[in-house]
Amino acid sequence: MANELSKGQLVARGLLSQNPVFKLALSMCPAVGMSTSIKTGLMLGVAVLFVQVFSSLTISLFKNWIHPRIRIPTYTLTIATWVTVIDLVLSAAFPAAYAEMGIFIKLIVAFAIITMRLEMFACKETVSDSLFDAVGMGLGFMFGMVTIGFVRELLGSGMVFGYDLLGFKPLLFFILPCAGFFVVGLMMAFFNWIEAKYRDAREQKS
Amino acid sequence: MKKKTRDIFFVFIAAIVIFAVTAIAMVFPSGDDGFITEKAFEGDKEIVLTTAQPVKNVPAAEAFTVFEENDPDIQVHPQSVSVDGKKIHLTFSDRLNQSNAHMVKAPELAEGTGPVATEVSRSYWGFLLSILISALLINNYVFTKYLGLCVFMGTSKRKTTATGMGIVFTIVMLLSAVMSWLANRYILVPFHLDFLQVVVFIGLVSLTVQAVDTILRKVNPILFNAFGVFLVLVIANCIIIAVPLYMASNQYNLIETIMLALGAGGGFLLALYLMSSVRERLELAQIPECFKGLPIAFIVAGQFALAFLGFSGLQIG
Repeated sequence: MANELSKGQLVARGLLSQNPVFKLALSMCPAVGMSTSIKTGLMLGVAVLFVQVFSSLTISLFKNWIHPRIRIPTYTLTIATWVTVIDLVLSAAFPAAYAEMGIFIKLIVAFAIITMRLEMFACKETVSDSLFDAVGMGLGFMFGMVTIGFVRELLGSGMVFGYDLLGFKPLLFFILPCAGFFVVGLMMAFFNWIEAKYRDAREQKS
Repeated sequence: MKKKTRDIFFVFIAAIVIFAVTAIAMVFPSGDDGFITEKAFEGDKEIVLTTAQPVKNVPAAEAFTVFEENDPDIQVHPQSVSVDGKKIHLTFSDRLNQSNAHMVKAPELAEGTGPVATEVSRSYWGFLLSILISALLINNYVFTKYLGLCVFMGTSKRKTTATGMGIVFTIVMLLSAVMSWLANRYILVPFHLDFLQVVVFIGLVSLTVQAVDTILRKVNPILFNAFGVFLVLVIANCIIIAVPLYMASNQYNLIETIMLALGAGGGFLLALYLMSSVRERLELAQIPECFKGLPIAFIVAGQFALAFLGFSGLQIG
C-alpha cells in the first residue's frame, strides 16, 4: 500500500491533527502520571521518541519476515528490547532524573501508542516513511507532555522549567497527582472548542 | 443481558471479598501464652504486651532482652518501659525489622508467674491481606498510580464491556504474575539477568495472552465470543507489566505475588465498573459540546481519584 502523504505531512500529522495525547488519546498514563513539570515530561518524551523511532525502523525493515499471526508478540518483544536499551542508558547517564521517573521508563513497553503505530503504519509502509511517521508521533507525544507539564507547573508552583516566574503559587491543586486527570480533560475540551470554532468559521466562509 | 453482567460482577467481587474475610478470620488467632495474652508491634519502634493480671513488679528497661529469632546473638534492650494497667509498652531507640519474628525475655512481672519468654511477630495473614487491600483500594493502580488508562478509557463505556474486560484482565494478570515470579526466581535472579526483566516479563504476558486465546477458542467458544476481544487489549495495559516489576523489586514470594495480582486485577475491575456506571448516565446528561466523550470522562476520573485519596490513611496489618 503506497502512502500518498509527503514526509513533512507525516511529521506534521503526528504533531497536530493526530496528536497521540490530545487527539488519539493513546498514551494517557504518562500524560496524567508524569506531567507535574516540564522537565519530567521532556525526559519521558525523549525516551518515547527514541523507542518509537527505533522500533518502527526495526519492524519496517523486517516486515516481510514476520508471520502475521505472531506479529503482536513480535512487536512487544521489539519494543521491550529498545526499552531495555534506553532504560540502561538513562540510568547510567542521568541517575538523578532516572530516579525521579521511577518505573515509568520501563512501562514505555506497554504504551499503546507505540504498538499502534507499528500495527497501523510501520508493518505496511517503507522504511523512510515509517521513520518520519515515528518522528512525528514521538514529537507529538513530547509536545503533549510538555504542554501539560507547562500548565501544571505554571499554575501549581508558579514556575517554568524550574525557574520561579510568578513568585507565588496560583493554584496549588494542579501540582497534586490527581489533578493530572482534570488538566488533561480540560485541555482536551479546549482543543475541541478551538477546532469547533475553526470549523464554524470555515463553513461560514464557503 | 444487563442483569447478567451485574451478576457476574458481583459474583467476582464476592469471591475476592470472601477470600479477604477468610484471611481476616485467620489474622486473629487465639494466642494464649499463659501470663501474656496479646503481643503486637506498634508503630516502628514499639512492642506492646498485654498481660492477664495487672503488672506488680515493674522491672528496669535493661531487664528486658529482645532479639530477632533468627539472630539470637544480637540482643537489644528497650530504651524505656512504661506500664499502664495490664499493658506494657517497650519503646526502642531504633526501628524494629517487623518482617522478622522477635523474642522478648523478661523477669517475673507478677507474683508466681515465672519469667516471661514470648515471641512477637506480625501476622503473616495480616501482611498478605494488607498487600491485597493495598493494591485494591489504597494504591489502586488506576486512580492513584495512573496506570492502564488507555484501556480504562476505551472499555468503560458500557457495564458489559467493563465487566468483561475486568475479569479477563484479572485472570491473565494472575497467570502472568505467577509465571513472571517463576521466571524471576529461578532464571533471572540466579543468573544475574536482572536487566532482562522487561523483555522476559512482557514476553511472558504475550505468551499467556496467546495461550488463553488458543485454549479458550477450542474449549469454550461461547465464552470466547464474549471475552475474546478483550484479550488483545490486555497487552496494551501498563498494569500488567507494572505488577511483575513491583513484585521483583520487593522480592515477594509466590503467595504474596498472587495476592498482589488479585488486588491489582480486582482494583482494575472495580475502577472499570465504577467508571462505566457513571459514563452510562453521562450519555443522557446535557454536557457542553466540547466536553462530550473523553474530556468529561477524564474529569470524572479525576473526581474518583480525589475520592480514592481518602483511602490513603487506611492502615492494615
